[in-house]
Amino acid sequence: MIKTMAKKAKASWDGFSLKPRRQMPEGLWIKCPGCEKLLFKKAVTDNQDICPECNYHFRIGAADRIKYLVDEGSFEQYLTQMVTTDPLNFHFRGTTYKERAKASEKVSAGKEAILVGKAFIKGRPVMLAVMDFNYLGGSMGAVVGEKLCVAIEKAIVESLPLVVVSSTGGARMHEGVVSLAQMAKTSAALAKLDDHGGLFISVLTDPTTGGVTASFAMLGDVIIAEPGALIGFAGARTIYETIKVELPKGFQRAEFLLEHGFVDMIVHRKELRSEIARLIDYCGKNQT
Amino acid sequence: MAHKKVNIGKGDYLAFEDTIADIDSQISELTRLSSVKGIDYSAEIQKLQRRQVAEFGRIYSNLTAWQTVQVARHPKRPLLGEYLNLMVKDFRQLHGDRCFGDDAAIVCGTGHIGREKVLIVGQNKGRDTKEKIKCNFGCPNPEGYRKALAKMKFAEKFNIPVVTLIDTPGAYPGIGAEERGQAQAIAVNLMEMSRLRVPIICIVIGEGGSGGALGIGVGDKMAILEYAYYSVISPEGCAAILWRDGTKAQEAAEALKLTSKELHRLGIADAIIAEPLGGAHRNTHDAVYNVEQYIIRTLRELKRMSIDNLLEDRYKKLRAIGTASTMMLPLDDTEKKIEIAASKIIEAGQIKPISTTPVEV
Ligand SMILES: [Zn+2]
Repeated sequence: MIKTMAKKAKASWDGFSLKPRRQMPEGLWIKCPGCEKLLFKKAVTDNQDICPECNYHFRIGAADRIKYLVDEGSFEQYLTQMVTTDPLNFHFRGTTYKERAKASEKVSAGKEAILVGKAFIKGRPVMLAVMDFNYLGGSMGAVVGEKLCVAIEKAIVESLPLVVVSSTGGARMHEGVVSLAQMAKTSAALAKLDDHGGLFISVLTDPTTGGVTASFAMLGDVIIAEPGALIGFAGARTIYETIKVELPKGFQRAEFLLEHGFVDMIVHRKELRSEIARLIDYCGKNQT
Repeated sequence: MAHKKVNIGKGDYLAFEDTIADIDSQISELTRLSSVKGIDYSAEIQKLQRRQVAEFGRIYSNLTAWQTVQVARHPKRPLLGEYLNLMVKDFRQLHGDRCFGDDAAIVCGTGHIGREKVLIVGQNKGRDTKEKIKCNFGCPNPEGYRKALAKMKFAEKFNIPVVTLIDTPGAYPGIGAEERGQAQAIAVNLMEMSRLRVPIICIVIGEGGSGGALGIGVGDKMAILEYAYYSVISPEGCAAILWRDGTKAQEAAEALKLTSKELHRLGIADAIIAEPLGGAHRNTHDAVYNVEQYIIRTLRELKRMSIDNLLEDRYKKLRAIGTASTMMLPLDDTEKKIEIAASKIIEAGQIKPISTTPVEV
């Protein structure tokens, strides 16, 4: 009984996996996981990777995210060349962490799982950090922690609102406790921003799980989630294997978090720019 | 009598302790013979005991990461209860998060260590089945982390230092835990502990399981017992993801570099607290005593500092972790060319800086 249930759970498993999920296969047509309709791919990409039929938000990488979010050409990136030293000299199954990281670069927007820099959103200057799920599952290691801390510190010095868009599986195993400690490091830096009265808008996109949710992602003055985004601490599979109880429908989705009181609002991808701009104006920062 | 004094290693031998178990059975056989037949074997017994001490030294100075994990999870390893009984005077538990409930996986309370007033926050895995179930095998729920923070805020108000004792396989992965915001509870603790205006000492006494450990693990000093471990993920969990095979936990443990020595090398642990010969479970009193001495010494040191300096040092320490694990690659040739071209265009004034005036939303 339990065995068949487990099998079923595995088949319908759509949670976080380190393996990059190919939601956008090659070819002209794609099937929408939301309404299961066959869609012309260009119609989807022209629509900010949202299904024109049912508003399903496809998972996107950092490059597309920045394209959709900031004023065209306004992203001025910092620390593009920062990479990991591989502190644990991690290797597994005949391959090394360094090789995996290198392979990730081919599909990711940058050389790490986060891009940080200054940008404009509807004319408002912001300090922006965007995580890239295409780079090792958007996992947080020493570089992600360091780059984010630099962004937070620049936000303090330049009195800019901080916008962080998360898309991650959590802490990066390959850097062991060094990556775990990044949770404390980024949270401590955010405490400084908070002490300085800075505005932090945290945007949770599909997926935001593990150690990132349990640190900076949940510390926003305002927490925004994209519709249907997977957001949680423990992986659904881990929970299922621990308690052996069927998980409720919509478990760990943005709407579930809204209902339980852990996100302030769910915002459609196309509305994100204006919502962020409105919040910045409302909080009264950077009005000259 | 001599036998009783060095009664180390009775039962519960770990797989790599065969030689210890052998010597123990020889000692008890000789003891039995001497009492039955009245022959004096004390010289032989003493010789065996000396050999056993040497054997302990040999095995425990070269534990692998996986063996360390087993020692840290040993069923007889001292738990929070033993530390509270032997180390904390007038302990009074403070229950509840004033919001949802009282999580027995995290125990908070007032008391004294040495002559110092402290607030204790500790994780309890439970000894017998009944206690284990009550405290959820040491896997806290969100209300546990919220209780810990509420009591730490109370300590802050009355200027009482905080000591946290970490021993958890991890925060509980359950439906209720997610519904009540496990991630948010831990995140808030990390942020608030980084700026709590009293000294905080964190000690990993057994298992330091990921975010569940870190949730009460941010402070001025981080110490770890010699055979405790602290990891971003359990070796089993890591093996399941990377090898797609949970039984490869042994390899994962090695790869994760989760032992006290490695953590000290990586700059995560400030101190390693020595354990008695053959691990803390073979001599609870000595293990607790070492922890007590570390706390007394460190508290004295931290209390000498002004609170502003303390917080500045705490921030610097947290901020620095991992920075040494990053490096800057030089730009490659094409990237350099683009950069130079871009700066030339900007210098020539062909690109105007972007307008900073807000636009109507
Ligand atoms: Zn659709």
